Amino acid sequence: MSQSETAPRSLGFALLGSELRVLFRRRRTWAMLAALAAIPVLIAVAVRLSDSPDAPGDGPTFLSDITQNGLFVGLTALVFSVPLFLPLTVGVVAGDTIAGEASLGTLRYLLVAPSGRVRLLLVKYAGAAAFCLAATLTLVLVGAAIGAVLFPIGPVTLISGDTIGVGGYALRATLFVAYVSISLLGLSAIGLFISTLTTVPVGAMAATIVLSAVSQILELLPQLSAVHPWLFSHYWLGFADLLRTPIDFTVFGQNALLQLGYIAVFGTLAYGRFSTKDILS
Amino acid sequence: MSSAELAIETTALGKTFGRQAAVDGLALAVPRGSVFGFLGPNGSGKTTTIRMLLGLSSATSGEIRVLGQQIPDAAAQVLPRVGALVEGPAFYPFLSGRENLRRFDTANRHAPSRSRSARVEAALDRVGLAQAAGKKAHAYSLGMKQRLGLANALLMPRDLLVLDEPTNGLDPQGTREVRSLIRSLASDGTTVFLSSHLLAEVEQVCTHVAVMSTGRLVAQGSLDELRAQGTERVAVRTPDVGDARRVLASLGLTPDLARDDLVSAELPAGVPPEAVTAALVRADVRVRGLAVVGETLEDRFVALTGEGFDVAE
Repeated sequence: MSQSETAPRSLGFALLGSELRVLFRRRRTWAMLAALAAIPVLIAVAVRLSDSPDAPGDGPTFLSDITQNGLFVGLTALVFSVPLFLPLTVGVVAGDTIAGEASLGTLRYLLVAPSGRVRLLLVKYAGAAAFCLAATLTLVLVGAAIGAVLFPIGPVTLISGDTIGVGGYALRATLFVAYVSISLLGLSAIGLFISTLTTVPVGAMAATIVLSAVSQILELLPQLSAVHPWLFSHYWLGFADLLRTPIDFTVFGQNALLQLGYIAVFGTLAYGRFSTKDILS
Repeated sequence: MSSAELAIETTALGKTFGRQAAVDGLALAVPRGSVFGFLGPNGSGKTTTIRMLLGLSSATSGEIRVLGQQIPDAAAQVLPRVGALVEGPAFYPFLSGRENLRRFDTANRHAPSRSRSARVEAALDRVGLAQAAGKKAHAYSLGMKQRLGLANALLMPRDLLVLDEPTNGLDPQGTREVRSLIRSLASDGTTVFLSSHLLAEVEQVCTHVAVMSTGRLVAQGSLDELRAQGTERVAVRTPDVGDARRVLASLGLTPDLARDDLVSAELPAGVPPEAVTAALVRADVRVRGLAVVGETLEDRFVALTGEGFDVAE
């Protein structure tokens, strides 16, 4: 009868492509990535300008290592950004997923297109996950670049005492990026769920960011040690094991499993909320 | 009318927010191929109904069939055949008009990506936005946004268009263009479901009308049927007001309180105006003028929905 009826159904990757285009064409996204990129630059410049000799126990250990090897700038930037800056930017993107569309009114047009509610939720989560990767990559790549400019580059001495070349370090850096990106997936799932609860994106962003702070504060209370392994931020800074030979993947796996649990729980909650939600905006 | 001939059919449709019934016992029957005006004052439940028709919100009670299939269960099959403009247009302000349409088109899995560019350009052209397609949507005027919203509804060939207040914010020229667009779509066989609180807009393009008032359907039918339900009045200008009243009463009419030289009464279906004239002349009533005043659709609309300026509760 109608042409639309006979048109073949595509797999629907076009919407994912569109989501990524819209996300990475937003000035806000670029502003956040630029702010993240400034972190390794600031660290490198500050260390370069300070004349004080390396005093052991003065600041994070990586900081003093930078002067010997520029490759450490990216890693140091990650350590600095994981507790605050990365959750901050991820909270903005994840909190905006559904609530942002709702506040623009575009949510109703996506749904009557029809995007399908589950498909839209999956695409939105994939977009947030892509941002986690982009944010982490930005820190590490800009860190490597500025480190190469300001400091000598050379073989890296690992925690286990072995020394690896620049190529070997590149592999480790890739693993850092994977580790930190995966670390942020649980928080993204929480943000996605919160985003289905409201039509005010700023509220969803703030709530997500506050939760990341709460999780890290709970981690500091020894009385709550029983719940610590279940906090999504528990393994956030646990990537030191990747600096050993052979690489110890135990924490990597535990972290991935924990994040998967959070994705399952909050993904289900988001689905439960969003699949039956009245879209009144 | 059988269900197969209806583009939209609802039975006892209801929607309650808290304790407030926004829509109550709605039985819509929109024939295929019709241009269906969905009238009602602000707050009468039109948009709530449209949200339910499109599966955006769930009904508290009752059933919905759109293009012969159950909503929301079959929404994935039905909605690709439905173009919609719901409660005003909405866009990504940081994308251009063209990019906005491409974005919404990718959401439809039935929309082939091969023809996307061509379809987007055709839709922009159809609403007269081809020149402004590269501008960011935040720079669009309300009228341009409205046009872009219409273009979005026309990205694919549709069997049904649901347009909620499509001429909102348009200048008279734009309103006329939208009207002729609706006519040309209807002549292609597309059913157009058009909501409006402006009767004049509906009267000019619609074949069928339904009138909502405080969540309930108070009238439904073809435009002619609705007009016929309205009554005519006969107004007699005469110095012999008393005699004229007696004559009208003898014909079974109920004259209202007469003014100095004017008496008027509702004209029942069985009494032709010429019978009134003849009776008056026979009774030697000096008639200076006699007029039959047909009730306009607007009078009918006001009679059905109430005159108040207040938004319905």
